[in-house]
Amino acid sequence: MSGIRCRVFFSLLFVVLTACPALGAPPVKIGALFSITGPASFLGEPERNTAQMVVDEINKAGGIKGRTLELVTYDTQGDATKAVQAATRLIKEDKVVAIIGPSTTGDTMAVIPLVEKAQIPLVSCAAGIKITEPVKKWVFKTAQNDSLAVARIYEQLKKRKISKIAVLTVSDSFGASGREQLTAQARSHGIQIVTDETYGPKDTDMTAQLTKIRGTQAQAIVCWGTNPGPAIIARNVKQLGLNIPLYMSHGVSSKKFIELAGDASEGIILPSGRVLVANLLPNSDPQKKNLQKFVKDYQARYKAEGDHFGGHAWDAVMLLKGAIERGGDSPAAIRDQLEQTRNFSGIGGIFNYSAQDHAGLTMDAFVLVEVKKKGWALVK
Amino acid sequence: METASQIVQYLLSGLSTGAIYALIGLGFAVIYNATGIINFAQGEFVMLGGMLTLFFLTDMNLPLVPAVMLAIFSSTAVGTAFERLAIRPLRNATPLSLVIITIGASILIRGQAMLLWGKDTHALPPFSGSDPLEIAGATILPQHLWIFAVTIVIIVASRLFFTYSIAGKAMRACAYNPRAAGLVGIDVRKMVLFSFVISSAIGSMAGIIVAPLTMTSYDVGILLGLKGFCAAIIGGMSSGLGTVIGGLLLGVLESLGAGLISASYKDAIAFVVLLVILFVRPEGVFKKTETERV
Repeated sequence: MSGIRCRVFFSLLFVVLTACPALGAPPVKIGALFSITGPASFLGEPERNTAQMVVDEINKAGGIKGRTLELVTYDTQGDATKAVQAATRLIKEDKVVAIIGPSTTGDTMAVIPLVEKAQIPLVSCAAGIKITEPVKKWVFKTAQNDSLAVARIYEQLKKRKISKIAVLTVSDSFGASGREQLTAQARSHGIQIVTDETYGPKDTDMTAQLTKIRGTQAQAIVCWGTNPGPAIIARNVKQLGLNIPLYMSHGVSSKKFIELAGDASEGIILPSGRVLVANLLPNSDPQKKNLQKFVKDYQARYKAEGDHFGGHAWDAVMLLKGAIERGGDSPAAIRDQLEQTRNFSGIGGIFNYSAQDHAGLTMDAFVLVEVKKKGWALVK
Repeated sequence: METASQIVQYLLSGLSTGAIYALIGLGFAVIYNATGIINFAQGEFVMLGGMLTLFFLTDMNLPLVPAVMLAIFSSTAVGTAFERLAIRPLRNATPLSLVIITIGASILIRGQAMLLWGKDTHALPPFSGSDPLEIAGATILPQHLWIFAVTIVIIVASRLFFTYSIAGKAMRACAYNPRAAGLVGIDVRKMVLFSFVISSAIGSMAGIIVAPLTMTSYDVGILLGLKGFCAAIIGGMSSGLGTVIGGLLLGVLESLGAGLISASYKDAIAFVVLLVILFVRPEGVFKKTETERV
């Protein structure tokens, strides 16, 4: 009897072994949550593309210490409920060792309690400041805080001796976060917000708000939104003949904005990650090499421009890669190693995580760019 | 003085947005009057107008005029196919199920557009330049003049059509009593098809003239459709002046609300107006109440 059992066992083993030729060490499973469809797809799609591209590149180069990476991606559709379901699935069924994403602040806040409880490190690609403030043990993020972008703009306004501004923000979470930061930081930079207007994400005409702004003392307009709203605003500003500087947020730092706003985009200034102006950077810039490589690879694979949203995913995967290389693939080790990341030159900036800082970036992560002749120019 | 020119600007902006709502509202009204159903896919024809023009312009490299023509033609073809495939086979269904079918169709059309053309927003070039024109201290763009002109032409044309042409009169007869219309020899099914043709053509035209100003993407139809629906309700679903005034009123209210009160209430204003009218005068602001003889 035992002989037969033994033979069955070995033949089964043989079948299993021959069926999986690469049965060395199993792949390291990493989960990814992106809003690939839905209203925030402009974030999730490049992020998914980039994450897959980077993982493929790592595997092609032999993986991490001989082990390949496996990326398990789910679409959250920008819906917090779906994000929670997908995160549960990643943790319970797919048994991933770390998660990258979600793409939006809302989705991220929804999955934080889950990852904290399951003790799985999460590297979010969303920008909201509350994700890492206060610091949560298992949660990191790669997207630059809105507060850094606001600080960049205010610094420049001060240089131009502008003290009265009008604020025009979109009424979604991105605009609300920008508005919060714009109001919070105004006083310390000596800036007075003379009027605070909003518009809906699907609005098609903002002349009413701008007419109101024209009637005030504002010396500049700061607009916080993502396409297409800001492009319409740029056109409306031109239509109304408003002759005051217009500042935008990093939410529109892509060629798409120039394309949509057309001539009306000339002279608009906005904070942006360095990826937009990779080729304009001085060679001494430590990020330049990675930025150019990312842009080139993305172009080659997806025939589209790599943007800073994709960059968030690039940073997330590469940060995890570094952590796994240094400390192995247990969730706890990955978390500890992430926290010790120093001077990592990513796409979004130079990351320095610490026990007190899980966002890792400074104001230097942003440069100010100006639209000139349908292209970008660095603002000194 | 400053406030006066501000008000003029609010009014002008409101009227130009309102004209678009009116055009979309007309599309709703035409189908409602011929079939008694509310076609919630109307907004998708608006989207198709803009997206197809863009497709013919950039992907096919056609000049503007043929691109616009082809876009109107193709959206109308979609409208026709929609009626033949989804509405006609179910002529005996209740209006409610037909309305639900139109919602399904709108999701289908939107999804197809997303798969075909992606999720990006696109801008059409303006028809005649983008140098602002000044009127009484307020400014508008040449494209606004196009919007006003097209709206007026369509309103006059539809008015003439429904009052004087045989086909127009026949369509009104079908709306009033399809059975009786059938008995006097009107081909009711043909009229229903015809109403879909007209309304998808009007819808796509609205989408085309508005696209250079407001940009277009696969999902612009939802909100524009809803606003057009509002306009039609205010106008009592009339396929004439009522809906037009409804649209203009809505646009002006929105713009004044955003300018004088707060932009946060802009959409709320539209829907509060809609609700008030549905409660107080469900037959529309401008329609005379019909007395029904028993």
